[in-house]
Amino acid sequence: MRRLRWAWAVAGLVLTGRLAVAQQPTAAPVEPFEQATWAVAASPIDQAVTLKHRQRGVVGALPCSDVVFCRRVYLDVIGTLPEPAEVTAFLADQRPGKRAHLIDALLARDEYADYWALKWCDVLRVKAEFPVNLWPNAVQAYHRWLRDSMAANKPYDQFVRELLTSSGSNFRVPPVNFYRAVQGKDAAAIAEVVALTWMGTRLAAWPADERAQLLPWFSRVVYKATGEWKEEIVCVDPKATTPLVASLPGTAAKISVPPEGDPRAVFADWLIQPDNPWFARNLCNRVWSWMLGRGVVHEVDDLRPDNPPANPELLETLEQILVQSKWDLQALLRAILNSRAYQQSSIPRAKGPTAEALCAWYPVRRLDAEVLADALVWLTGSGETYSSSIPEPFTYLPEDQRTIQLADGSITSPFLEMFGRPPRDTGYESERNNQPSDEQRLYLLNSSDVQRRLERSPRLIRLQLECKGNYQTLIRGLYLTMLSREPTAAELKTAETYAKSGLRMNEATNDLAWSLLNTKEFLYRH
Amino acid sequence: MGKSRQPELVDRREIMRRLLYGAAGTALIDRVAWAQGLAQPTPSVAAAATGTAAAFPVKAKAVIQIWMWGGPSHLDTFDPKPEAGYDYCGPLNKPIETNVKGIRIGELLPLLAQQADKYSLLRGMTHGNNGHETASYLVQTGRPPGERLVYPCAGAVVSQARGYDHGYKGLIPPYIVLTRPQGRFSESGFLGPRYKPFATGGDPAASRFVVEGVISESISDARQQKRRELLHSLDSLGQAMPGEARFDALDACEDKAYDLILGDAGKLFDLSQEAPAMRDKYGRNRFGQSCLMARRLVEAGVPYITVNYDGWDTHKTHFNIMQRKLPEMDKAMSALLVDLSERGLLESTLVWWGGEFGRTPKVQWEAPWNGGRSHFGAAFSALVAGGGFKGGQVLGATNKEGTEVAERPIYPQDLLASIYQQLGLDPDGPLPNSRGLDLKLTLPSKGPGRLRELI
Repeated sequence: MRRLRWAWAVAGLVLTGRLAVAQQPTAAPVEPFEQATWAVAASPIDQAVTLKHRQRGVVGALPCSDVVFCRRVYLDVIGTLPEPAEVTAFLADQRPGKRAHLIDALLARDEYADYWALKWCDVLRVKAEFPVNLWPNAVQAYHRWLRDSMAANKPYDQFVRELLTSSGSNFRVPPVNFYRAVQGKDAAAIAEVVALTWMGTRLAAWPADERAQLLPWFSRVVYKATGEWKEEIVCVDPKATTPLVASLPGTAAKISVPPEGDPRAVFADWLIQPDNPWFARNLCNRVWSWMLGRGVVHEVDDLRPDNPPANPELLETLEQILVQSKWDLQALLRAILNSRAYQQSSIPRAKGPTAEALCAWYPVRRLDAEVLADALVWLTGSGETYSSSIPEPFTYLPEDQRTIQLADGSITSPFLEMFGRPPRDTGYESERNNQPSDEQRLYLLNSSDVQRRLERSPRLIRLQLECKGNYQTLIRGLYLTMLSREPTAAELKTAETYAKSGLRMNEATNDLAWSLLNTKEFLYRH
Repeated sequence: MGKSRQPELVDRREIMRRLLYGAAGTALIDRVAWAQGLAQPTPSVAAAATGTAAAFPVKAKAVIQIWMWGGPSHLDTFDPKPEAGYDYCGPLNKPIETNVKGIRIGELLPLLAQQADKYSLLRGMTHGNNGHETASYLVQTGRPPGERLVYPCAGAVVSQARGYDHGYKGLIPPYIVLTRPQGRFSESGFLGPRYKPFATGGDPAASRFVVEGVISESISDARQQKRRELLHSLDSLGQAMPGEARFDALDACEDKAYDLILGDAGKLFDLSQEAPAMRDKYGRNRFGQSCLMARRLVEAGVPYITVNYDGWDTHKTHFNIMQRKLPEMDKAMSALLVDLSERGLLESTLVWWGGEFGRTPKVQWEAPWNGGRSHFGAAFSALVAGGGFKGGQVLGATNKEGTEVAERPIYPQDLLASIYQQLGLDPDGPLPNSRGLDLKLTLPSKGPGRLRELI
């Protein structure tokens, strides 16, 4: 019986493999977004991806071009647009491994730490006010600790263990704020957050008996006020007199923790083992979705037995990379970014939900609210104005503070709210909303704010001055600045015709910049 | 131009809706249930669908929420306590009679005193929380903090129940904030950004009310058209990916945006179309003209409008600020009530005035406050008018100093449930949501409950 099924599977594989070959598009790469050949060798990740494609008859996208890769990797890794000079330098680079070199350079930049701290601040609900009420001092301390951990590329197991097992003042021992950014101080509330954050699973969906196994490990967390305003000590109950007896999730063996012991540490040590079924899987799934727009398990924080990964081999490959690198987050990232799967074009060559789930292309996604805010500031030179509902202690934000560096979810702006910045209420990844809305469209197409900022942009004014009346130079400069590439011949012609249609140069510049700003190419990661 | 675009617009909106529902099929089912249960005009159908005996006729078609950002003093507005002495009243110790016998209000509100028959005062408001953001949440959602879900505020609930999902066809979004967003908490909570308010920005008291994105300052319609064509011809990535659902969603938003930019919306926001005398009645300031704008939006069919009126967090030199701000509020609110009433709109328009809490009845005379009032959630006041509520009533009372509720406590969920009821929504019915959660629209009361005395 088993053999028979196996034979069928092989037959199916061969058949679908043929089909896939037969469907291979003959269409040429689309200029300027695609190229004919891969810039990288196929990696273990790609073997897992293409095996599944063959099995399911899915056709993958073509390789993305260098210009697309450059803009994409800047946005994905450091949440920042490349300077025109950086684009030209990358395009002029003749080394065969130039994409890998660029990836390494970006991983070493300060903005990497900023942008990845932002991601963790969303997951960990770093916010001074309602509903988690961390308060500004603790937010600053916590954010700095998270940012430093990213900058140092702290091994992920150590990162999580520190967050789960630290004790002390929320101002002086920043990782204890993990326990403070929970709505509710009871074990059930904490366990729910631990499961969501580090296991990528929603405890409410668990059977009651399994859910109950998680609670005891956090039942001795206590919170104590100090004389300092809003300072709080988080620790394990020092008044405990009896041992804590409980079993770890999915196991029957009873473990006894002495009264002076830390049950959180027992749990953490179970969690961060390489063979833990949740830990590596959750991180790999999250990072994959951050880079490729969709988790191998979808929704990304909804791991459970009845929600299987679209491609189990891919997830296993990623887990192996993470574990073998000793929990090196950047090693995992490097493997993903240097894969063909990541370096695909965003133009689909297959259709349907299966192809989408199997990463048959790089999906387009609107820029994150913070990244878009920064891109506009970068382009126009005029800053975002933030406000906070908390009057004290006063938080000073320097004029050149970037939005991806904002520590506090309570410090916000109408722009960030409009563009779907996560409220940091729950830690669910779905809190971030990158859907377009009428209001966003009105703002970008027609607001006096955008209009004024474009008119006064020092970058755009400089382009006008430097082109010395040559419209083609001006248009090239606009394209390189705003879309990180040269215009195609057709685009150059359209833009030049428009610019010479009786407008003054500053009006023409303004209208062209406005148009490029409103293209999908500018607004979407692609 | 706007008229001829209308049918096309509806179609596009329908496409958008299908796109959204495609992503969340369960949401559709929930919303159908919602429509049948709550938005049906026939009470018997509503009762059958929700399975409850209660069904409420639609008395209010629109809500104007005047949100007193920061928390106004109840003693200096609608719950004066002259007998409590100088330590409590400061210089404002001579409350005035109103046109309803037995009701006195603060001495800086003489115009509102002449309209007391149109509104009722809720002097028994209480929730006990003194933090701005948490109290704002409590008052506008009727939910206690710390439930691990962040609930939608009343405007988002109405935006869902009376907005595009249920037959609202206006070009103007169904939930408007004049002029700045509250930013105190995520207004639409777990319902998501679809039900967030549209904040106009701009200043309606300026010579031109520049509604962010809708009214452009210097670009002619012809240039708008020309630029739009340029944008389309330079949209190379969009052209390379026909049929991409995410791009289609953006295009649908663009079409709608241009309907607003080039259509009739501009006229609605053009306050110069009002007679100068009418503008004067409301007061030529941001709040006054926002109230006038709110009336215009009600006439245009917008179901929920929040006028976000800030500056009430008066920790220091409280009485100087009251001398300045209360006359402004008095003028605008009384003008609004008279105007709505004269146009026959007050019956169907529910006006709700209130902030997140009151202020400490005992004045802090010492430095650094120098005559300030702090946050006070134990007892405060709210005002309701129109939308089916009786006028000329006082509900609830505080003690002699205004420090605690002495009679008929009113919790935030009681007020919200009453507002929902006047809108024809069953307060005990479901709160539809795409998360598949079994939730009620409001929590059971902790006290005597809804404002039955006023209904």
